[in-house]
Amino acid sequence: MKPPAFKYYAPTTVEEALALLAEHGYDAKPLAGGQSLIPTMNFRLAAPAVLVDLNRISDLSYIRAADDGGVRVGAMTRHARVERDALISARAPLVHETMPHIAHPQIRNRGTYGGSLAHADPAAELPAVTVALGGKVLARSQRGERWIPAEEFFIGLFTTVLEPDELLVEVALPPLPARTGWAFDEVARRHGDFALVGAAGVITLDDRGRCADVRLVFMGVGEGPVVAREAMNILKGEEPGEEAIRAAAEKASQADIDPIGDVHASADFRRHLAKVLARRVLTKAVERAQS
Amino acid sequence: MAVRYFGAKIKRNEDPTLLTGRALFTDDVDLPGMLHVAFLRSDYAHARIRSIDVSQALKRPGVVAVYTAEDLGDYWRPGPLLVPPPPVEGIVFNQRTQVPLAKDKVRFVGEPVVMVVAESRYIAEDALEDIFVDYEPLEPVVDIEKALEPGAPLVHEDVGSNVAAHVVQRKGDYEAAKAEADVVISRRFFYDHGLAAAMENRGYVAHWDPKAQFLTIWDTTQAPVVIRNGIAAMLGLSESQVRVIAPFIGGGFGPKIMMFYQEEVLIPWVAMQLNRPVKWIEDRRENFVATTQERYQIHKAEIALTKDGRILGVKDVFLHDTGAYDPYGLTVPINSQCTLLGPYDIPNYYSEFTAVFTNKTIVTPYRGAGRQHGVFVMERLLDIAAKELGIDRTEIRRKNFIPPDKFPYNNEIIYQDFAPLVYDSGNYEPALDKALELIGYEKFIKEEQPKLRAQGKHVGIGVVCYVEGTGIGPYEGARVRVEASGKVSVATGVGTQGQGHFTSFAQIVADQLGVDVRDVHIVTGDTAQFHWGTGTFASRGAVVAGSAIYEAAKKVREKALKLASEILEVAEEDLELVDGYVRVKGAPEAKISLGELAVRSNPLRGAVKPGTEPGLEATMYFGPERGATASGTHACIVEVDPETCMAKILKYVVVHDCGKVINPLIVEGQIHGGVAQGIGNAFYEQIVYNEDGQLLTASFMDYLIPTAMEVPPIVTDHVETPSPLNPLGTKGAGEAGAIPTAAAFVQAVEDALSDYNIEILEAPLSPNRLYELLHKK
Ligand SMILES: Cc1cc2nc3c(=O)[nH]c(=O)nc-3n(C[C@H](O)[C@H](O)[C@H](O)COP(=O)(O)OP(=O)(O)OC[C@H]3O[C@@H](n4cnc5c(N)ncnc54)[C@H](O)[C@@H]3O)c2cc1C
Repeated sequence: MKPPAFKYYAPTTVEEALALLAEHGYDAKPLAGGQSLIPTMNFRLAAPAVLVDLNRISDLSYIRAADDGGVRVGAMTRHARVERDALISARAPLVHETMPHIAHPQIRNRGTYGGSLAHADPAAELPAVTVALGGKVLARSQRGERWIPAEEFFIGLFTTVLEPDELLVEVALPPLPARTGWAFDEVARRHGDFALVGAAGVITLDDRGRCADVRLVFMGVGEGPVVAREAMNILKGEEPGEEAIRAAAEKASQADIDPIGDVHASADFRRHLAKVLARRVLTKAVERAQS
Repeated sequence: MAVRYFGAKIKRNEDPTLLTGRALFTDDVDLPGMLHVAFLRSDYAHARIRSIDVSQALKRPGVVAVYTAEDLGDYWRPGPLLVPPPPVEGIVFNQRTQVPLAKDKVRFVGEPVVMVVAESRYIAEDALEDIFVDYEPLEPVVDIEKALEPGAPLVHEDVGSNVAAHVVQRKGDYEAAKAEADVVISRRFFYDHGLAAAMENRGYVAHWDPKAQFLTIWDTTQAPVVIRNGIAAMLGLSESQVRVIAPFIGGGFGPKIMMFYQEEVLIPWVAMQLNRPVKWIEDRRENFVATTQERYQIHKAEIALTKDGRILGVKDVFLHDTGAYDPYGLTVPINSQCTLLGPYDIPNYYSEFTAVFTNKTIVTPYRGAGRQHGVFVMERLLDIAAKELGIDRTEIRRKNFIPPDKFPYNNEIIYQDFAPLVYDSGNYEPALDKALELIGYEKFIKEEQPKLRAQGKHVGIGVVCYVEGTGIGPYEGARVRVEASGKVSVATGVGTQGQGHFTSFAQIVADQLGVDVRDVHIVTGDTAQFHWGTGTFASRGAVVAGSAIYEAAKKVREKALKLASEILEVAEEDLELVDGYVRVKGAPEAKISLGELAVRSNPLRGAVKPGTEPGLEATMYFGPERGATASGTHACIVEVDPETCMAKILKYVVVHDCGKVINPLIVEGQIHGGVAQGIGNAFYEQIVYNEDGQLLTASFMDYLIPTAMEVPPIVTDHVETPSPLNPLGTKGAGEAGAIPTAAAFVQAVEDALSDYNIEILEAPLSPNRLYELLHKK
């Protein structure tokens, strides 16, 4: 379990990092918290010739209030910091609720928000909640910068729209409208494991108590975060009572996802869990929206 | 003699060293000029090797040598049979032992094929990618039932079938008992035990000194003396030319007593070939396939009872997966066969098993060593019988316990130590009673559970009993010596892997010699310090080595008293050993220190009298006539969410009888660790192979060992029924925590889900399996 030889750079500015990525292209990989990249290299599943270590770029680690009432998170912000941040818990409580589910404290001390999105593990929490919140990510390269809606960022197993010369530098999470409730829940074999299935729900009620907006996003049941559109359509404009939520959860588990089985959970069991979790998070989100 | 330490809950002598990172582990050994080894292992479960091309690897800078089976010449030989089959009439045993590097054929994924030696481990691993092996894939033998069907592919063609062994053992006449039974219950059980996943993987460092003609090996083995003897013989050296050091080891649990591992015979050999120190440290990925594991058995079992719940007989026919080779003989399935009978008075027993070769990693004992399988079958049979007969599950157990006046109790079949399975002593009801009290059985069943059910919660209780054969022979030895400083040094041949030997052994000696326990220095696992021994396994360290140490310490005590009596001119009976001195009872100023006695017994002038020896030193050996049988009860409360199929253990109780307890703190630690491994075996850990014989759970991402979050607080208590078979009255405690855990867990889960009316006949469970049982009937 030793990686093959590689070249190592530790730039201190984003510009230097972008220059290195431009120079080395597909041969290079940014190194963030290393919690996924290093094991992959030790298993020789990845063998980048060049590592561009982002850990000395202090400019990439921050959590800031955005003018629109949301928050902006620098790509190198560690999970542990996000977990404890007051601004996050005030403005993005769904993220706050989710953080303790990610791995173990030791890993959260190293792993980064940007690394988690860029890595795009289909069972990872942050991609799913970022999509559920309608967040977007800022990508920069020597060629310029672009904002990418989170929903368009993930395009397959461990694959995003980032080009090899691009660095993910920031995540923007919009503010929650009034009368909005949220919830996250997951089922994992052990505390801290990647979940078998997870679900994030965000519901905004109109002044008559009907669903003005619904977001339901799963993880662990597809190639990336899965937006449960059919289920969302069932609830939109409706009063989110127990029956409606049950119907939406059922729909989500049948029509919105196409899970695969592995040693821990068959496709069937995953569908079942998706239904249970959808019901639970939607119910809780509605309760919170109503209170 | 004042007993100050035996039975005392004192902190461990070794912990300051371990906790401050000053303990030597094999990977800490770093020698000038040391080379590093990596192995190319088979990617196939079963394939013929057509050719191997290592030419590119040899060209890589930093690569020193590359070896295939052909390159080993005469040194290529199948390993020895470690444990021969027991003397059971009609036994079939086909011995096929592992080879250093695969030749002609590979038989499991992970079998070593090529050894690369390089200046660094990195280079050695790079070079593995340069090697080309041309394989002709063969159909693998994976499923143990299909393996026995006619026309199945064969792991060893020359055996003519995949039968590694077939054993029948009997007590009484089961069929006759069955004919008289009111109830007969029969079921098919599946029990899968996992891998040890010790914190430290295996590792070997070898250093050949050509001038001294001396070979030193650091080895993560549980049995250094046996390794020394074997390696010396294989390399044509005298035993006095080889020193094996088993330093601190991060967990043994059984797989580290398998010998000789392929790497273990190759590293010393290559160190001599190349005249340079050589190191190989197993990495975690290798550990999953290359270190032995335990795996599964399929039991078809039957119990015959009277209608008031008395057991008339048990019949069990099972298949055992032994993997690609069987160097450890039949220890695991024999343990299953013998432990199944448990603490119960069972007059008639028929047990038959077939051990099956498969294209998988070799199976050897792992903590519990097959006992789990037997206990699970018996306890489940009793649970089902209790339900069927409408008897409380604790009552059916109590009713069938061997009564205390029936010991020694002869089960009439042959145990793993080749002796008849005779329980030395036991008293099972007090442990059951204590456990029921500690878990709050009555209250739970009568008040709490109905209340929780009314709230829609699914919470259940499990209570199971077991015995554990421990402390088997053949022998261990020890040398105890008082040094001029008055400190005591003790050497024994067993290895140590975290059991607290540096403390419990010291406690035994400190009491005999009247010294502070911290002044007793224990050396284990260094063949330069002690020549004889077998090893640490079968929960035998405290029983066998402990007894040898006790005998040696007693002898030193006698010597000290004799010499002091001469010097002080006081009769021996009037002397006592206190605080490092031999002193006159009632006149403590008249005293002489042990250090002084040590000096006087080793004079520089004058004569040591004929018939005496110099020094305050003694070497003694202890070999028990047969094993000591420990026992106990486990109880737990488990909550299940039938929607998510997740289970949580809320409370866990172990009441254990390991005879006289030397140090309760150490015994509790052993039990806690065992329970943690048992919980892994109950709900988290499973070795999963696909139909190609590929291991699907080959990392800690997929092989789920429980963490601190999954292990609940464990309540322990002891019952002490001394063993008459050794001077200390102790029984082993190493494996007890891990043995009945899955049986207790499954019973509790079934109880929690009683409104679903499911029957769980397998372990481990998993959320996925529970989902199938609950939602797909
Ligand atoms: C035992 C264990 C358990 C875990 N459990 C979970 C879990 O339950 N849930 C979960 O979500 N995660 C889990 N993780 C993953 C961990 O939490 C991190 O989120 C994850 O490793 C990615 O973050 P990182 O900063 O470590 O990225 P790295 O490992 O450094 O990088 C991951 C990938 O992203 C790329 N990358 C990183 N940063 C950037 C950037 N700014 N721009 C472009 N590309 C970039 C890298 O090149 C690499 O390909 C677990 C990890 C371990 C080791």
